Amino acid sequence: MTITFHLNGEEVTLPQVASTATLLDWLREERGLKGTKEGCNEGDCGACTVMVTDDGGSKSLNSCLLFLPQLNGKSVRTVEGAAGPDGELHPVQDAMIEHHGSQCGFCTPGFVMSMVAAHKNGATDHDDQLAGNLCRCTGYAPIIRAAEAVEEQPVPVWIENEGGDLPAPADAGAFSPRSGNELAKVYADNPDAVLVAGATDVALWVTKGLRQLDPVIFLDGCADLKEIEITDDRVRLGAMVDMNRMRDAVAPLHASYGEMIRRYASQPVRNAATVGGNIANGSPIGDNPPALIALGATLHLRKGDTRRELPIEDFFIAYGKQDREPGEFVEAVSFPRQTDVFRSYKISKRFDQDISAVCGCFNVIVENGAVTDARIAFGGMAATPKRAAHVEAALLGKAWDLASVKTAMGEFAKDFSPLTDMRASAEYRLQTAAALLERYYADVNGEEVSVLEISA
Amino acid sequence: MSVAKPLPHDAAKLHVTGTARYIDDIPVPADCLHLAFGLSTIAKGRITAMDLDAVRNSPGVVDVLTADDLPAENDVSPSIHDEPLLSDGSVHYLGQPLFLVAATSHRAARVAASKGDVTYDEEEALLTVEAALQANSRFEDGPRIYSKGDAAAAIDGAARMVEGSFDLGGQEHFYLESQAAMAMPQESGDVLVASSTQHPTEIQHKVADGLGVPMHSVRVETRRMGGGFGGKESQGNALAVSCAIVAVKTGRAAKMRYDRDDDMVITGKRHAFKISYRAGFDEEGHLQGVEFLHLVNCGWAQDLSLPVADRAMLHADNAYAIPAIRIESHRLKTNLQSFTAYRGFGGPQGMVGIERVMDHVAHDLGIDPVELRKRNYYDAPDNRVRADNTTPYGQEVIDFELHGMTDKLLDTSNYATRKAEIAEWNAKNDRLKRGIAFSPVKFGISFTLTHLNQAGALVHIYQDGSVHLNHGGTEMGQGLFQKVAQVAASRFGIGMHLVKITATDTAKVPNTSATAASSGADLNGMAVKVACDTLRDRMAAYLSEQHQCDAASVRFEGGNVHVGENVIPFEKAAAQCYQGRISLSATGFYKTPKLKWDRIKGEGRPFFYFSYGAAITEVVTDKLTGEYRILRTDILHDAGATLNPVLDIGQVEGAYVQGAGWLTTEELVWNDKGRLATHAPSTYKIPACSDRPDVFNVDLWDGKNREDTIYRSKAVGEPPFNLGISAWLALSDAVGAYGDAYPAINAPATSEEVWRSIRRVSDGV
Ligand SMILES: Cc1cc2nc3c(=O)[nH]c(=O)nc-3n(C[C@H](O)[C@H](O)[C@H](O)COP(=O)(O)OP(=O)(O)OC[C@H]3O[C@@H](n4cnc5c(N)ncnc54)[C@H](O)[C@@H]3O)c2cc1C
Ligand code: FES
Ligand code: FES
Repeated sequence: MTITFHLNGEEVTLPQVASTATLLDWLREERGLKGTKEGCNEGDCGACTVMVTDDGGSKSLNSCLLFLPQLNGKSVRTVEGAAGPDGELHPVQDAMIEHHGSQCGFCTPGFVMSMVAAHKNGATDHDDQLAGNLCRCTGYAPIIRAAEAVEEQPVPVWIENEGGDLPAPADAGAFSPRSGNELAKVYADNPDAVLVAGATDVALWVTKGLRQLDPVIFLDGCADLKEIEITDDRVRLGAMVDMNRMRDAVAPLHASYGEMIRRYASQPVRNAATVGGNIANGSPIGDNPPALIALGATLHLRKGDTRRELPIEDFFIAYGKQDREPGEFVEAVSFPRQTDVFRSYKISKRFDQDISAVCGCFNVIVENGAVTDARIAFGGMAATPKRAAHVEAALLGKAWDLASVKTAMGEFAKDFSPLTDMRASAEYRLQTAAALLERYYADVNGEEVSVLEISA
Repeated sequence: MSVAKPLPHDAAKLHVTGTARYIDDIPVPADCLHLAFGLSTIAKGRITAMDLDAVRNSPGVVDVLTADDLPAENDVSPSIHDEPLLSDGSVHYLGQPLFLVAATSHRAARVAASKGDVTYDEEEALLTVEAALQANSRFEDGPRIYSKGDAAAAIDGAARMVEGSFDLGGQEHFYLESQAAMAMPQESGDVLVASSTQHPTEIQHKVADGLGVPMHSVRVETRRMGGGFGGKESQGNALAVSCAIVAVKTGRAAKMRYDRDDDMVITGKRHAFKISYRAGFDEEGHLQGVEFLHLVNCGWAQDLSLPVADRAMLHADNAYAIPAIRIESHRLKTNLQSFTAYRGFGGPQGMVGIERVMDHVAHDLGIDPVELRKRNYYDAPDNRVRADNTTPYGQEVIDFELHGMTDKLLDTSNYATRKAEIAEWNAKNDRLKRGIAFSPVKFGISFTLTHLNQAGALVHIYQDGSVHLNHGGTEMGQGLFQKVAQVAASRFGIGMHLVKITATDTAKVPNTSATAASSGADLNGMAVKVACDTLRDRMAAYLSEQHQCDAASVRFEGGNVHVGENVIPFEKAAAQCYQGRISLSATGFYKTPKLKWDRIKGEGRPFFYFSYGAAITEVVTDKLTGEYRILRTDILHDAGATLNPVLDIGQVEGAYVQGAGWLTTEELVWNDKGRLATHAPSTYKIPACSDRPDVFNVDLWDGKNREDTIYRSKAVGEPPFNLGISAWLALSDAVGAYGDAYPAINAPATSEEVWRSIRRVSDGV
């Protein structure tokens, strides 16, 4: 297919791009721009970070997880384009030199681009903005000093203007639908095609699984699937809502959900990963499914002109098996507005950018001191995201006190028999899952429950 | 003078603009071949059949080589020739290279390499040190034992005793640039190799052996690495040799870089240890005798395991004068990746052992762990009380800085007050507890293989006064090139802009040692100084003769050469010397003095001097999940009279975070088949940005080396890595607050491990 995009201010049209060629490989191997580095080729190190601008603004993305067709009509800045046209350094670059933010320098282009994007957006939550950039040399302190030093400095014009005149996207064909309707048609006609949403899973099939995918349908152009609708009684998220937009939408309603997404992957991955993809991949360790189950969410599916909806927990049938027909796709997910007693706890070896060993989500409704409804769901505890039915039953109708909580904790073994793997042992999973109920009880009672709340 | 100035890294501007060139960035001819290895899928056994038709038929494949196709020696070991480049039919670990693919692109090579159809006769693999010990599978004929006095008798006669045993995991280097090499064929079978290596001479040597040519036929160049940390001391050999063989065979350039997952599966890591100890002490906590048993997981090949295990033994005392000690070290051969050099080179493992003992003793006696440590410190040179101030291996400790450093750090970090506040806070909190801990570092500087303590340099002055600088050290981010350039600029009294730092090149400086053992600036700085001083002397002799003055009075300062009453700009002076037919090129050579070491007996002076450091770390832990955070760290580190304070502080900050990562979140997990389950950054978790301490105060100790090193500075690469031990000890302190038992925490202290320790302490499970 043909695509047009801007690269460091210059228009590029590529006829006949391979649908699964990554931006990183193209930059380094075809375009001869070697500044962008490959550190892992799987979205975990950030050495390949670039800034991509579209209608939604500028954001950092991992070029190793970006297929070229996803760039159609967008604007890309690599580290070669961070400095101005006359070679004048971006303030971030100056600060990185001045504060000794580089040692071996291999991570540096990626850091610079994450920082350029954050600086442009006025973001000062540096630890979160840079959670996806690993540095093995500096211990990060000097990099954060550099990031802090430029907070007040103006955005240079060449970056400010980025995206001001986005190129008209080339006609990329039916496999790059521009709406849900177009998608419904092409997918119904080509039910064997691979859907690509944010590509944060699919790209790994290519870079690590060494697979060739054909045909591929890119969902990114379906603007209507990116809509977020918040009414008095429902929150509805289009399948193509990325994790950062989702965070912004849910955080005001359910702060704990927002906090969980803060720790979901990293800034550039969150900029790409979609809620639809996170559900549709059926992963037992995805973070949104247990949260959405606990919130009582409904999944909206569409095939051709046929739509159906189901409680999201029913979507996950078994490991690798979901209730989705060939040619059917996730259109949206929605959940009711409700009083916020929702909490989610993501347990992982590292706080940031780590897949959960256990993700426990709780939503226990208490009226007049007794439990009237309980929705408790876990990721990482079974072959699918799963409700803790016995635990819920043990709580229902009981007084909401520590004794009931302790009793219910004894029910976890009936609901789950988790696995041992490199993230955690079965024992740790089961015991901490139960302990999270105790945490939840303390949490809704207003106690300090997380080490993240403590500072020196 | 440039020395001691806080100059940024010489390549900082190149880094931030993406123009610093790494191996994979070097422009290559269009017909360059790309290489990948086909890897074993079992941990131990013999290959019964290898069908590579699908590999050969894979798109883009130009050549496929097995061991039979190699032109000369099939070995990439840095030590005892036990590491075939391609399997000789036997398989020793899961991930071992079996065959080599050359293809027209990196991806084509990887795709093809995955298509090998190999059948094996599988044998039972040894995956743990316990299993290897049982099977007597080891390097060397038996354990090495270093001892002083009668430790067993001292322990048995002591008023009190603690004992224990713990696991100390290995560590993946996770240099951001994975291993890479490139070879360009030259005429008459020669080859030019660009390699991301800490040891260009070793690459040259192995490539020469692999091609069956003399070393003079191979030239190796290394401008920089994207991180090394010891992981590029020997682990790059296989790539460079492969590229050279393919380049010579095909007449085309050949490049190889490991995909990250391949890198983690193929290459060696920090040695994992199991350490057992017994310690006897009096009621005041004075150690009387200590015994250590080190079970060292060396992996499948010897590589550098012997000196690594030796160095662990040499740091089993850390900062403490222990009257009687016995260290028994088993170097066990297992069917895992060959564990290799990693920052600290065994020293950290040895040090963790004794710091664990100190922690345990303090817990047993209920006294402040800092006080306990101070009571056992070696004596300071200006306050000698002990009759015996020698290490377990008989080296007199004559430069002990830790008394003063400890007091200063306790003061600046407000340790006593915070410790009391933490106790108070803990009394009020059940689920969350804080902990605080101090750990000192005494790290021996020099290669323990004495002959490696040598370095060469080559310095040219061009007729325009610009200086071309070359030495045997390699740049991996540590700022070595800048420090050495500062030395050169200072010797000539010129600005840094006149000094050009150039790639390490075996054709310029031969027979170099690895840039390792923190020795880079010590050795190469001195060699460069010698070369510069030779040139200065030549210039001074000539100019003084021209201007009728005493050569000894000629000064090089402020960009000028002062010759009698004449002030000649350096550039002019260079031109005059050139016209006067003075040689403006010189080599320099340095070898570390005073060293004498017998590694079998464990006696002598293996180290020229010691570097010191001290850290205090505060953490908070959660009883329910074992989650924890490092809240604050204060560090005081001894870099002697620093050559460059900002580069040194950068080394300290980075090393601390890396050291803390080793002991906390960085967990290597193999399954029961010997497959590394944590083979990617998705599962192997090095510290991320938010894992660094929120409050992170790092300062340099205002001292100078008592030995005559380059401008009295001290080596700084490895020593501060050990400061991370304070994080592990702080976790032990916090866990101890949940109950009365000793936490006996293992490393790495992942959340799960902390959770288990809390349960041990609070519930006795
Ligand atoms: C570095 C890194 C860190 C990560 N960390 C986390 C984490 O902390 N928590 C977590 O939960 N996940 C994490 N992930 C996984 C990943 O981000 C998610 O699974 C992601 O949400 C997938 O969304 P996507 O839009 O990128 O999907 P894609 O990769 O585009 O697609 C994923 C799958 O869903 C299908 N699909 C996509 N959209 C639809 C649709 N609308 N209808 C039907 N099928 C569809 C695709 O065909 C494919 O099978 C991480 C991934 C990476 C690379
Ligand atoms: S290369 Fe590591 S995130 Fe892309
Ligand atoms: S500077 Fe080396 S990895 Fe960041």
